Amino acid sequence: MKIEMTHLRQLEAESIHIMREVAAEFENPVMLYSVGKDSAVMLHLAKKAFYPSKIPFPLMHVDTTWKFREMIEFREKMRQEYDFELLVYTNEEGVKQGVNPFTHGSALYTDIMKTEGLKQGLNKYKFDAAFGGARRDEEKSRAKERIFSFRSENHRWDPKNQRPELWNLYNARVKPGESIRSFPISNWTELDIWQYIYLEEIPIVPLYYSKIRPVVERDGMLIMVDDDRMQLKAGEQIQMKSVRFRTLGCYPLTGAVESTAATLPEIIQEMLLTRTSERQGRLIDHDSAGSMEKKKQEGYF
Amino acid sequence: MAHQSDLIAEDIAAYLKAQEEKSMLRFITCGSVDDGKSTLIGRLLWDSKLVFEDQLAALEVDSKKVGTQGDEIDYALLLDGLQAEREQGITIDVAYRFFSTDKRKFIVADTPGHEQYTRNMVTGASTAEVAIILIDARKGVLIQTRRHSFLTSLVGIRKVVLAINKMDLVDYSEDRYHAIVEGYKTFAKDLGFEEIFCIPISALKGDNIIEESERTPWYQGPTLMHHLEHVEITNNALNKPLRMRVQWVNRPNLDFRGFSGTIASGVVHPGDAGVVPSSGQVSTVARIVTMDGDLSEAVAGQSVTITLEDEIDISRGDMLCCTEQRPSYADQFEAHVVWMHEEECLPGRSYLLKAGSATAPATVTALKHKINVNTLQREPGKTLELNEVGICNISLTKPISFDPYQENRNTGNFILIDRFTNATVGAGMIDFPLRRATNIHWQSIDINKQSRAELNDQAPMVLWFTGLSGAGKSTIANLVEKKLHSLGKRTYLLDGDNVRHGLNRDLGFTDVDRVENIRRIAETAKLFVDAGMIVLTSFISPFKSERNLARELLEEGEFVEIFVNTPLEICEQRDPKGLYKKARAGELPNFTGIDSDYEPPENPEIMVEAGTKSAEEISEEIVAKIL
Repeated sequence: MKIEMTHLRQLEAESIHIMREVAAEFENPVMLYSVGKDSAVMLHLAKKAFYPSKIPFPLMHVDTTWKFREMIEFREKMRQEYDFELLVYTNEEGVKQGVNPFTHGSALYTDIMKTEGLKQGLNKYKFDAAFGGARRDEEKSRAKERIFSFRSENHRWDPKNQRPELWNLYNARVKPGESIRSFPISNWTELDIWQYIYLEEIPIVPLYYSKIRPVVERDGMLIMVDDDRMQLKAGEQIQMKSVRFRTLGCYPLTGAVESTAATLPEIIQEMLLTRTSERQGRLIDHDSAGSMEKKKQEGYF
Repeated sequence: MAHQSDLIAEDIAAYLKAQEEKSMLRFITCGSVDDGKSTLIGRLLWDSKLVFEDQLAALEVDSKKVGTQGDEIDYALLLDGLQAEREQGITIDVAYRFFSTDKRKFIVADTPGHEQYTRNMVTGASTAEVAIILIDARKGVLIQTRRHSFLTSLVGIRKVVLAINKMDLVDYSEDRYHAIVEGYKTFAKDLGFEEIFCIPISALKGDNIIEESERTPWYQGPTLMHHLEHVEITNNALNKPLRMRVQWVNRPNLDFRGFSGTIASGVVHPGDAGVVPSSGQVSTVARIVTMDGDLSEAVAGQSVTITLEDEIDISRGDMLCCTEQRPSYADQFEAHVVWMHEEECLPGRSYLLKAGSATAPATVTALKHKINVNTLQREPGKTLELNEVGICNISLTKPISFDPYQENRNTGNFILIDRFTNATVGAGMIDFPLRRATNIHWQSIDINKQSRAELNDQAPMVLWFTGLSGAGKSTIANLVEKKLHSLGKRTYLLDGDNVRHGLNRDLGFTDVDRVENIRRIAETAKLFVDAGMIVLTSFISPFKSERNLARELLEEGEFVEIFVNTPLEICEQRDPKGLYKKARAGELPNFTGIDSDYEPPENPEIMVEAGTKSAEEISEEIVAKIL
């Protein structure tokens, strides 16, 4: 007999296996939901993993209050469609202090509203495992990340002291306060994600599709004016351009690309024909060499 | 990221359709530090057009800054992920890389070739179907080559690519190539490989990687990429008997009870008979449930949820199997164990063993011998150290279902976990079940512990005194026994020195012997408890693991850990037997507190602080507490 599973079906089965391990081994897991395309795939896989049961853990969205409005709308739509428990967490201390990406700079803002917000959220609910949608192909330091990645009580990652991971056996043992970040789509590439979205007709935020949108050119990036908190600097002008986003985050930090790709096949086609890697659209990675690695040690995903 | 296909630009829908049919290959590259492994993988990514423009820009900058190729691009820098490694110039862990062509998606486990990293290679190879073994054409088959080949074979990889690299540095010599190939094949004939595909390459110059090289006209075979795209990876697991370990019981409501898991081997259909070895209960597969609808067939590799016709007893860790060829179901087996941690493996110590979804406490009962991974020779040993491979007998506290690893890679593997640090300390491949496990059964006895305890009119228990030498354990234990005795209790005191004169006279003071010493005492204490006695033990018992082992042998409430917490300075001052003096003079190696660790209990039932009360008062209090 010779039946070969296609690469997407193999990846799907592996992700489902990982999710079931986490659900079975941990007392209080959570899935971190960023609303982006990788989260969309994770959510879809979670639904499959536990069907016909409901997803047996909550999803948590760390809302920095600077997300695109369409992301929040989409999140609420998904909540209806996939029927999951949603927790939204915001670092209220940061909000009180008025921390924002314009005056505080991307590094400090990300640290307070994203990394700190995430840690606070995890501490508040005492989660012992958290699913993340990171992929090993995204960035060099992530290529060495485990599928079950151990975090200390302070949520720190120690790249020198990782547990060896063999076969499909994942060590889920933690002491009180410690936790595991689990990455079920570690072995997917950006292309796999798009192909799977296409194959399975998974809904994604409309911002991924091209449309005429108001943008401002800043530091070589096209920033969308999503609400009136966006302050124009001298010389900046709002232009109407056909743009889309390859990655979604906080609107003032996420660069749009000029594009006319308005369907899924067109997006994939465009991606295959361009030669700029995905995280290029994110301001936070440019700070210094190895910046992602440092952020991860501090607890960023 | 441009795939070669013109379809992308011309007919994206047709392209996507074709891509959906791609297969996947996981492979590992092994070689020593200078064999050009990173360069080869960098080249595969580069030539399959997977390097983006921004990555290229970064690579050019990095090549100038830390590169080793002068002004040329240093492909290896594409791979080195972590900053510290970049500076050291070597990769120190396992990293996974991805590239794809129109035929296949590839996952490459990139593992370091440095002498001390057997652990990483075994980790990377555990999921690989093919191994590329790199050889430097100038150096030929080295010790490392032998080691990598042995480990490749050990983890069950049957298809090997022998890539003879740096051909540019030997003038693309055909003779040199053939000499290496012949040498390798002679060496590898006993390793059980099904296929050894040999190819001359230069990762740096790109010869025979993607395109056939004009500089090796004498080589007629396919390029490396062509081979990787076409090497047959028939799903071997498909032809094997059905095995599925239950990961999660799916119970959305009272009307549905499904068993979720990944099919480890074989094929299953509704109507097939299935058996659960732990209970021996047999049922019939009713449905194979997925969100996309019920399946009429599911095969190895698929993650599914199965429902059965009958209500039988199944939970996480159980295995659903076909009824004809059943797996072994045993609590003892022999296995190849690769040690993965700085802290050595101690036979007798209790670890957690995880095999699939089944987890159970496990002990290495015997280290039969070690295998020197360089010479493949057997060597004797008492412990297993980091990066060593040993043949061990393993005993579990409860039986699990498994197959020999060489017969079934998915159901014959396990990891060992340290019970205190939770570190993954070992990886194992099961050879076969031990017959003892199937032939020795518990003799059932009519008079039991309870009836003996009732006759003695007491609750049997162990009072486990632990603490440094000279802490006062024996003094206090002795007083406690006297008081119990005068109260009419039936007691027995096991004393460290006395036991070493008899039962444990063959044991010394190394860590291994200390573990075995305590194991025997714990088992002896258990027998006394079974006889309805109150047992007092007075041993340093320095390791948490072994005290915990003793605790687990007994029932809840039967084990009373008494920590005699006297500081080292005071013990050393007292030095009743003159042992500290000897130890300080270097005449007593492995002396606890001096050059061997004492791990204090975290939650002892009773804590005795030295110097605050007299031994008399302390023993009064202990008696009051336990009765």
